[in-house]
Amino acid sequence: MAATTEGTHQFRVIGTRPIRHDGIEKVTGAAKYGADYSFPGMLYGKVLRSPHAHAIIKSIKTDKARALPGVKAVVTSADLPELADQIAQGGELPINVHHLSCNILARGKVLYDGHAVAAVAATSPHIAEEALRLIEVEYEVLPPAMTVEDAMAPGAPILLADLRNKEDGPDKQTNVAAHIQFKRGDVKEGFKQADFVIERTFKTAMVHQGYIEPHNAVGIYNSDGHATIYCSTQGSFVVRSLSAAVLGIPEGKIRVVPAEIGGGFGGKTTIYLEPLSVLLSQKTGHPVKLTMNRAEVLRASGPTSGGTIRCKMGATKDGKIVAAEIWMAYEAGGFPGSPVPMGAMCIVAAYNIPNLHIDAYDVVVNRPKTAAYRAPGAANAAFASETIIDELAEKCGIDQCDIRILNGAHEGTPQTAGPPYKRIGMIETVEAIKNSPHYKSKLEGKNRGRGVATGFWFNVGFQSSAMVNIHSDGTASVVIGSVDIGGQRASMAMVAAEVLGLDAGDVRPLVADTDSVGYNDVTGGSRTTVATGLAVYEAAQDAVRQLKERAAKLWEKKPEEIEFNNGRLSAAGNGVKPMSIKEIAPRFARTGGPITGRAQVNVRNVGPGFASTCIDVEVDPETGKVQILRATIAQDAGKAVHPAYVEGQMQGGTAQGIGWALNEEYFYDAKGILRNAGLLDYRMPTCLDLPMIETCIVEVPAPGHPIGSRGVGEASIVPPPAAVANAIAHAVGVRMTELPMSPGRVLKAILHKQGAAQAAAAAD
Amino acid sequence: MPTVIVPALLRKLTNGQERVAVRGSTVRQVVEDLDRQFPGMKAQLVEEGELKPGIAVSVDGEMGVGGLLDPVKETSEVYFLPAIGGGLQ
Amino acid sequence: MDKKTVVETTINGEQIEFLCEPRQSLLEVLRDELGMTGSKEGCLTGDCGACTVIIDGRATCSCLMLGVEAQGHKIETIEGLANGAQLHPLQQKFLENASLQCGICTPGILMSAKALLDHNPTPSEAEIRYALAGNLCRCTGYDKIVRGVLDAAKAVASKAA
Repeated sequence: MAATTEGTHQFRVIGTRPIRHDGIEKVTGAAKYGADYSFPGMLYGKVLRSPHAHAIIKSIKTDKARALPGVKAVVTSADLPELADQIAQGGELPINVHHLSCNILARGKVLYDGHAVAAVAATSPHIAEEALRLIEVEYEVLPPAMTVEDAMAPGAPILLADLRNKEDGPDKQTNVAAHIQFKRGDVKEGFKQADFVIERTFKTAMVHQGYIEPHNAVGIYNSDGHATIYCSTQGSFVVRSLSAAVLGIPEGKIRVVPAEIGGGFGGKTTIYLEPLSVLLSQKTGHPVKLTMNRAEVLRASGPTSGGTIRCKMGATKDGKIVAAEIWMAYEAGGFPGSPVPMGAMCIVAAYNIPNLHIDAYDVVVNRPKTAAYRAPGAANAAFASETIIDELAEKCGIDQCDIRILNGAHEGTPQTAGPPYKRIGMIETVEAIKNSPHYKSKLEGKNRGRGVATGFWFNVGFQSSAMVNIHSDGTASVVIGSVDIGGQRASMAMVAAEVLGLDAGDVRPLVADTDSVGYNDVTGGSRTTVATGLAVYEAAQDAVRQLKERAAKLWEKKPEEIEFNNGRLSAAGNGVKPMSIKEIAPRFARTGGPITGRAQVNVRNVGPGFASTCIDVEVDPETGKVQILRATIAQDAGKAVHPAYVEGQMQGGTAQGIGWALNEEYFYDAKGILRNAGLLDYRMPTCLDLPMIETCIVEVPAPGHPIGSRGVGEASIVPPPAAVANAIAHAVGVRMTELPMSPGRVLKAILHKQGAAQAAAAAD
Repeated sequence: MPTVIVPALLRKLTNGQERVAVRGSTVRQVVEDLDRQFPGMKAQLVEEGELKPGIAVSVDGEMGVGGLLDPVKETSEVYFLPAIGGGLQ
Repeated sequence: MDKKTVVETTINGEQIEFLCEPRQSLLEVLRDELGMTGSKEGCLTGDCGACTVIIDGRATCSCLMLGVEAQGHKIETIEGLANGAQLHPLQQKFLENASLQCGICTPGILMSAKALLDHNPTPSEAEIRYALAGNLCRCTGYDKIVRGVLDAAKAVASKAA
């Protein structure tokens, strides 16, 4: 189902569904992911990890490990340069390289269960593992601070001795790394106008991206000081710059070759093993491969924050939301940098609320340093705000969709941080849900309920480079530096084919290494189709400009007299026989040489993305288990380049959001040890847990983009936790305020409600 | 004159004032003038000649990519806001 | 470290002998000793299914089986799913239905699906979901995977008819 609202431009290739160019390798097992690389003489590396949540490292003895036959090197943080606080800009949020280095190998202190302490290279992975058991680390164990409440309490254990914040001043040690505030209007006055005010406190659990491929890296250090890293990453250029910083090697001496990547969802936008592979290679003179196992991925990569959100909203009786007051604190992990600024800017971004006050806190806790996860910070935030909005709709007696349409943000509505939106499709996505066969269907049966929620993600642009080569047979190749994580090669080839008048199959896309193409920011922020797509579009236009020059030469005309339409060059006048690219391509040599179109962009404006989701559930009142009966998502793609992969993003984000809603959580014991570091106990949705996921691509073209595309990678994960919570409320009458809404929690809420009802009955 | 919309937590430096009229045709000049009117503002926004890491600037609803170099018109509205990662996401 | 053992197997129709340590899993042997990296490691605990191969007709996590246990057994891996240049209908329909995004789970899912279709050429959606419940995919939400298998079953049936 597609709801095209403003399709003006007709495309020939864009909007079709060709088979992806890299598909054949992926269905035959030939595609090479990072862990699939092997080199002659290659050694295997393993990482020793902290068994404590919070401890001082008193000493590390490695002699026994070094003495084990087959062990070639053991490294600790003493082998890395000690870095000052310094901010690296990788086109990402700023990263403090001192903290990054301390996360890669702990320096003086471990800050979470699983924190890397030492690394070994040996002739087999089994020997490397044996060697880890021979490394002797003496710890002084400290009490951990596991939650934002623990860490913000007076007298809390301090994680980072040097951490200060502006408000508490330079003399006070703290775990609060940052406070961010947004204010608009006057919330006190706003709440005075409200007929209904709802206030609740929500808690959400730390969750993991859950990519199926663990982190990996193969490092090869040459004696001339150059290094090559093969790894599965969302950003080869970011791996280059961050590894250079951590290793103290000039950036230009590192080449990063992006392997195929087995999922990332934000979790592969930073580095863990990459510098270790180079360091161990430097120590041993051999290529070194490191891979994490699943427990390491869960314990020590970068999940996303859990935290606490207090949300108070007021509405007039006709459903107009007049004020919102929000306090939120997110777990950053062992080092500062949770996505709480984004959470704060997303939490009510879908609505036009005149009076607003948001306080947001970034808090370090004894958990792994969080990394990005699909619309970072937004899904937990929306769980709070979208639940409250549902309750306000109930109080006002208004339909779930209608309250969102009534208050929905549109062109001119101020964003949370102030600037007004340009043309956006928030209301269109809700209307698409309202008009969907799903929402129009009647939900019957006991303990069943239907919930709706809306989600927002900014989408970003940033830097991309691309080249388009025209081959002598008239086909083309597109060279990009943006890693392909879910079909971008197909989309980029389609964009070039559209401009060049070729078929998608005549354009071969290639993801190049960091020496072979200009700089690209990471594949993330839902930026690739939009920003790299723009670079490809402009590179193809550059190639067209050159094609016109060549035709002008052949026809003895001026370039501006040459027309290019649907892959054919022509000009007015006698004696000019129009030519296809295929016909002119053999004449490149005589007219000036090969044709390569190039473009580099730093994209300023991108269209924000909205998604609205409708979910039906059935709750088993005996066990508290929630079954998803039906799910529909409507998302604004601006213009879908390859609709099948846009649907894939919508469905995949919905599935992750459902997992976040129902089952997924980091479960730490009282000592701060992760007790579910495996995929049996960290329960992600399986095939059996989900129905088909119905999609409706809404297309409100993004202003200023030649194709009109908006990023589609992220907004889809935002609505499901709230949509499921709202569905549960309508099914069994309990408001869930804690994620995940696992059977135990739902059952407890049901029993609590029954108990209250019985107590009330007994009192009567 | 261009208008700067002061971030909530910096309004303590502007006596609570949310909107400040400033002179300047680039973000750099705007920040200088803001600091002249309300000393201390520049230190909150600029570090080593660049916008501080983690801060982005929006001029007339367009996210700048040039930082302090971005042009500002006489009628512009200039917002300073938390940077959204290019990629952290 | 115990001595290496010679193991005789049939892999994708070829008789293959390999040497392995008793502690090496079949997955490790396939990937590191035989260079067949199409089977993927996602967890090493049998929870994700990315390493699924077919042993004597039955879908099996190769990470949960030792290399030495393969002695005398017939193993099918993703590398043998296509018949030369001719894709298996499952592979073709996965491409047509956009049933993969990052592709890391795809080899395991294709092998589980092949084991299903070999036994039950006309599975229902519920039967497909049951058969694939041991294969985690984090990208697709499974929708297009299930459609791909349904489509492949149709293609196999029409070929057989």
